[in-house]
Amino acid sequence: MSVTETRIVTRRLREHPDAHTLERYLATGGYEALRRALQMTPDAVRDEQVTASGLRGRGGAGFGTGQKWSFLPAGVHPRYLVVNGDEGEPCTFKDHMLIEGDPHQIVEGAAIAAYAIGAHHAFCYVRGEFALGIERLERAVAEAYDAGFLGRDVCGSGYDLEMVVHPGAGAYVAGDETGLLSSLEGGRAMPRIKPPFPAVQGLYAAPTVVNNVETVATLPHIILMGGDAYARLGVGRSTGTRIFSVSGHVRRPGNYEVELGITFRDLIEGLAGGVRDGKRMKFFIPGGASSPWLLPDHLDEPLDMDHVTQNLRTMLGSGAVMVFDEDTDPALVAWRLARFFAHESCGKCTPCREGSDWLEKVLFRIAHGRGRPEDLDLMLSFGQTIVPDLDRTPFNQTTICALGPSTMSPVVSLDRWFRDEILERCGADRRRIPVVPA
Amino acid sequence: MPYTPENRERALRIIARYPERRSALLPLLHLAQDQDGWLSPDAMAEIAELLGIEPVEVLGVASFYTMYKRDRPRRLVVSVCTNVSCLVNGAGQVHEAVAEAFAADDEILVEEVECLAACDAAPVLQVNYEFHPVAGPEAAVALVEEYRRGDRTARGVSGGRALR
Ligand SMILES: Cc1cc2nc3c(=O)[nH]c(=O)nc-3n(C[C@H](O)[C@H](O)[C@H](O)COP(=O)(O)O)c2cc1C
Ligand code: SF4
Ligand code: FES
Repeated sequence: MSVTETRIVTRRLREHPDAHTLERYLATGGYEALRRALQMTPDAVRDEQVTASGLRGRGGAGFGTGQKWSFLPAGVHPRYLVVNGDEGEPCTFKDHMLIEGDPHQIVEGAAIAAYAIGAHHAFCYVRGEFALGIERLERAVAEAYDAGFLGRDVCGSGYDLEMVVHPGAGAYVAGDETGLLSSLEGGRAMPRIKPPFPAVQGLYAAPTVVNNVETVATLPHIILMGGDAYARLGVGRSTGTRIFSVSGHVRRPGNYEVELGITFRDLIEGLAGGVRDGKRMKFFIPGGASSPWLLPDHLDEPLDMDHVTQNLRTMLGSGAVMVFDEDTDPALVAWRLARFFAHESCGKCTPCREGSDWLEKVLFRIAHGRGRPEDLDLMLSFGQTIVPDLDRTPFNQTTICALGPSTMSPVVSLDRWFRDEILERCGADRRRIPVVPA
Repeated sequence: MPYTPENRERALRIIARYPERRSALLPLLHLAQDQDGWLSPDAMAEIAELLGIEPVEVLGVASFYTMYKRDRPRRLVVSVCTNVSCLVNGAGQVHEAVAEAFAADDEILVEEVECLAACDAAPVLQVNYEFHPVAGPEAAVALVEEYRRGDRTARGVSGGRALR
C-alpha cells in the first residue's frame, strides 16, 4: 500500500507557485476563516474550535494550543501574540517553506489567534537569515492592512489588530520562547527562568502567547473544517497533520505533511524514497538535533508524539527527521551537533556553557581518532550536571532553557546504540596515536 | 557611517511600530549594516541615540548575534552551512574550496554557519542571505565568482530586507 501526504497546511503552496500573493490567497478561500472566527466570540474560537481540535504546538514541545491560551490571566491588558518563526533547530525546514510559500496563511492564522486571546498587537519573529521570507511576510502584512484584514476594525467587526514582522539576527537560542522575548525587547536572546511563564509575564512583562509558525498556519483550517473534524485526523492525542522535514541520505529529501499516526517507515521509505545509492540505514534522528536517535529497528513505530516520548525515549520535537546511511560515522555526527550546541549556548547557565564546550572537545577527539576508552563514560558522568537523570524522558535539567539538556542527546545516543563501536575505536586508537588534548 | 537621510526616515518609521522603542534595535542594526556593509562604531552610536540607550548596550546586543559584522565593511557575505545534512552531502569540501578561493579578497567574508533550514537542497550556501543549493566545490566557487564580478546582483550584506 502506498503512502500519501495529507496536505492541509501545505496544499496551497504545493498547488500554486504564486501562493504567496494576495490574489492567489483570496482566490483559494483565503481570509474566509478569519471572517468566520470574527463572528464567534473569542472564547468560542479558543474552546469550541482550537481546544476541541486537540491541536498541539508544532514548535517542539507539543503543548496543547488552546490550553496554553487559557493560561492568560483574565482582564489584564495589553497582551501580546508572538509568532515564532526563528526555525533554527538543525534540519528543520518547514517554517521556512511556509513563510516563503504561503505568508498570508500565517497572517490569517495569527489574526485568528490574536482575536481569540484578546490581543491587539501581534509580532512575527522571523529568523534573520530568511531574507526572502521576511520580504514576503512583510508584503503580506502590508497587503492585509490595505485589504482590511489588519489594522482598525478588521473586516468591519470592530476588532483592531496591529501586526509587525520582526527580523532575528542569527541566534538559535532566540527560538526558545523566553529567549525570543528578550530578543524582541531589543536585548541579547537570553532565556528567562520560568515561572513566571510568558502567559503571565511575557513581552514587556505583559501576558503573552508564543506560538510556532506551523501552529498558527493550521488555525484557519481548523476554523474552516471545524475543531471536531480536525480532531478526527491523526492518532490519540496527536491530532491532525504535521509537516516533517526529511533530509540526509534519502532519495527524495523534502517536507512531507502527513496525518499523525503513520510510521517512520511510511515517511522515510514511502515518501522520502528511503536511503539512496542502494545502501542501508545506520540510524536516524526523529525530531531535530535535540532528540535522541533511533535505529532501523524502530522504523515501524508510529509518528505519535506520546508514543515516541513514552516508549522510545526520544521525541518528535520539531519534526526534523535526519537519515544516515551505513557508512556514516555516528561519532562525527555527534561531534558536529555538539559543536552546534556549544556555539549556540547563550552562556547564562554554568552547566550548559561549560558542559557544551567539554562535550564538543571530547567528541572531537573521539571523532578524529584520538578518543580514550573512558571518554564515553566521562561525558555521561559530567553530563549529569546538566541532566541529573539521563534515563528520564524527556530529560530533566539544571538549566534555564531546554538547550542545556539537548546537548546530551547525541552522547546518550552513542551510548545507547553504538557503545561497543565507540569503545572499540577509542581503545584501538589509543594504542596507535598518542593522546593530545584537542 | 550615520544613516542617510532616507534611511533615518525609515529608522524612525521602524521605531514607531513598537510599543517600546528599544524593540527596534535588531531591525535598526540590519538597516545600518545593509547601508554600510558592516556595523561601524558611528552607526551604533547613532542607533543608541535614536533609542535613548548607551552605545555600549548596542554593542553588547550586536555582539551576541552572528549576522552582525563589526570588523570592517564587506560587499559579500558567503555563508556555507556545515551542519549535519549538509556535512554528509559534501559541505566540508564546499566550505574549504570557497574559503580558499576568496581568502585574498578583503571585500568577501566566507563563513561556516549552522543549519540554514534548507537541508532538502544540501549542500547549501547563502550569498548575502540569498539561498543557493550547490552541486559541489567547483560550482560553489563559480557561483560566488559571478557575484564578485557583478554578473549577479546581491542583496545587502544584512539581507537587504524591504522594511516598511
Ligand atoms: C533552544 C530552543 C530553541 C527553540 N527553537 C524554536 C524555533 O525555532 N521555533 C519554534 O517554534 N519553537 C522553538 N522552540 C520552542 C519554543 O520555546 C516554544 O515552545 C514554541 O515556540 C511554542 O510554540 P508552539 O506551542 O506553537 O509549539 C525552541 C526551544 C528551545 C529551548
Ligand atoms: S540552558 Fe544554555 S542556552 Fe539555555 S539559558 Fe542556559 S546557558 Fe543559555
Ligand atoms: S544542514 Fe545545511 S541547511 Fe540544514
